[in-house]
Amino acid sequence: MEPFVTLEALAVSLDRANVDTDAIIPKQFLKTIKRTGLGVSLFYDWRYASDGKTPNPEFILNQDRYKGARILVARQNFGSGSSREHAPWALLDYGFRAILAPSFADIFYNNCFKNGILPVVLGDAQIDRLFTEIPKTPGYRLNIDLPEQSIRLPDNTRWSFDIDPFRKKCLVEGLDDIGLTLAYSSDIASYENRLRREAPWLFSTNA
Amino acid sequence: MGRTLFEKIWADHVVSETDGATLLYIDRHLVHEVTSPQAFEGLKLAGRPVRRPGATLAVPDHNVPTTDRSRGIEDPVSALQVATLEENAREFSVPYFSMNDIRQGIVHVIAPEQGFTLPGTTIVCGDSHTSTHGAFGALAFGIGTSEVEHVLATQTLLQRKPKTFLIRIDGALPDKTTSKDLILALIGIIGTAGGTGYVLEFAGSTVESLSMESRMTLCNMAIEAGARAGMIAPDEMTFAYIKGRPMAPKGADWEKAVLYWKSLRSDRDAKYDRILDFRAETLLPQITWGTNPGMVLDVTGRVPDPESTPDPIARDNIKNALAYMGLEPGTPITSIPVDRIFIGSCTNGRIEDLRLAASVVRGKKVAPGVKAMVVPGSGLVRMKAEEEGLDDIFRDAGFEWREPGCSMCLGMNPDQLAPGERCASTSNRNFEGRQGKNGRTHLVSPSMAAAAAIAGRFVDIRTWS
Repeated sequence: MEPFVTLEALAVSLDRANVDTDAIIPKQFLKTIKRTGLGVSLFYDWRYASDGKTPNPEFILNQDRYKGARILVARQNFGSGSSREHAPWALLDYGFRAILAPSFADIFYNNCFKNGILPVVLGDAQIDRLFTEIPKTPGYRLNIDLPEQSIRLPDNTRWSFDIDPFRKKCLVEGLDDIGLTLAYSSDIASYENRLRREAPWLFSTNA
Repeated sequence: MGRTLFEKIWADHVVSETDGATLLYIDRHLVHEVTSPQAFEGLKLAGRPVRRPGATLAVPDHNVPTTDRSRGIEDPVSALQVATLEENAREFSVPYFSMNDIRQGIVHVIAPEQGFTLPGTTIVCGDSHTSTHGAFGALAFGIGTSEVEHVLATQTLLQRKPKTFLIRIDGALPDKTTSKDLILALIGIIGTAGGTGYVLEFAGSTVESLSMESRMTLCNMAIEAGARAGMIAPDEMTFAYIKGRPMAPKGADWEKAVLYWKSLRSDRDAKYDRILDFRAETLLPQITWGTNPGMVLDVTGRVPDPESTPDPIARDNIKNALAYMGLEPGTPITSIPVDRIFIGSCTNGRIEDLRLAASVVRGKKVAPGVKAMVVPGSGLVRMKAEEEGLDDIFRDAGFEWREPGCSMCLGMNPDQLAPGERCASTSNRNFEGRQGKNGRTHLVSPSMAAAAAIAGRFVDIRTWS
């Protein structure tokens, strides 16, 4: 996983609440057996006309001034719905490395960290300010510093944000969860030995 | 201090406290074709085996056709995904039910059916509706593909302890209402993000009187309230459901298991982070009108007017939903005509659901111009329904009788709505495009869907004949 330390990038605001994972990446793109190549289909139904190819000029990501945006500003409950990791894969493949919103759905939030994407929970007033300023200010860039847990706005306003220390460490160092867990292999083995004695029925599925 | 059902199961599964997260043991892992290929690929690249193949069960369900399967899967991309699951299951010695096995079906229908789902266990799957298994007093939740790989490799997950939310439901369910109406009404109250960060526990006299199948419907949609898991304490009904199923404990193991399972009740003095009380007596049949499951109405209701909502974000939500759904404010929900009927899914694709729908359509005909189909949740549900003659009742009424799978709940296979088509669906999500691009989904119970098929529009099942 690519570490996330700092990010200085163009921001784009998507003004819709409850953006679900079906909207982020529709089901027809879940048939892939790879993690890559999903960026072109991100927000597919909103992004393209009914032919599935012509960009919809109304959709914000299709506006020239937002080309190259790597920070997505969103409304509440972003990423609700299914557990599909294809949603963060599509966002990452498009180029997004950070998502700022007042709240996220649980599974999506968790999936972001597994893919080097930083989801930041901000207050309603902060998010509202971004939704006001971004459309009014071409070239609106934010500077995110994860070790410092801060976001700097173009006028040098600094906001700090909360993040779970363990998740932060994994993102900053680009750590592989499985590698970390395998360091506890002997704990897992002794847990299983106890389980075999105390709950033998869990080992007899006859499958 | 007393502990909740959730806290007991959580404590029994802690392998270790690492710096900042709990390493939680996973007893049961369900695997399907959509969210697993990248996980198996990761194992191969790292040269890691599956730690406990016997605690894992794989089945294709999302991509499988529900029509004649003798020629395989027509769509080459879907076919490759299913073939990849089969190869991975073989290579890693994971038990696998193929598309043509009678035991195949929706992963959340087959695991309880086989006795793979047990009380007191932790159960995960790369699918958000894994919450279904909480009906057995299990801690069951959906995970992403990275976590699927993590469980395959280590049989554990790194987790943060969620908060607890008790939903106490008392009183008798009114005639013609079901646990589907109950959960839709609750989501209407809590909202689609109201359960975020919590595990829900459903308790109270109403819940205790529900069948196991109705309990599964209730827990299935916990995720639609934002909660990763919903749970119900196991009881005699739970044990009776499990006993004798192929993968269930036998003999001395069974006795020992039941003894443990009986301890899995929240203590009287257990504390919850949040509590909601709900009276079931006044529940009405529910219909969603919008583009998330929280946009729901009593059957007597009218489509809302965005102008009566002061909050600008909520007003935009309603406007967007009305535009997508092609609805006018103030329209009585029962006056809305339907084009398609879908009876099935991990929410309402079990035998009890099919019996209920069949009892409504028996001797009647699907309205002209309406296309209706029944997709059983598993091969065994389908077989049982055929033994009971339900397939004939549906076919005689003009329904299509299909092979089992996820089907039009999400339309990854050819079962999809055409643009603009309006569907009465027993599934769990009414998101934009969920059942097909520009398709319009209204979530209802099996009896409400069946009645809509006959009437050609939504009806109040309590007074309709």
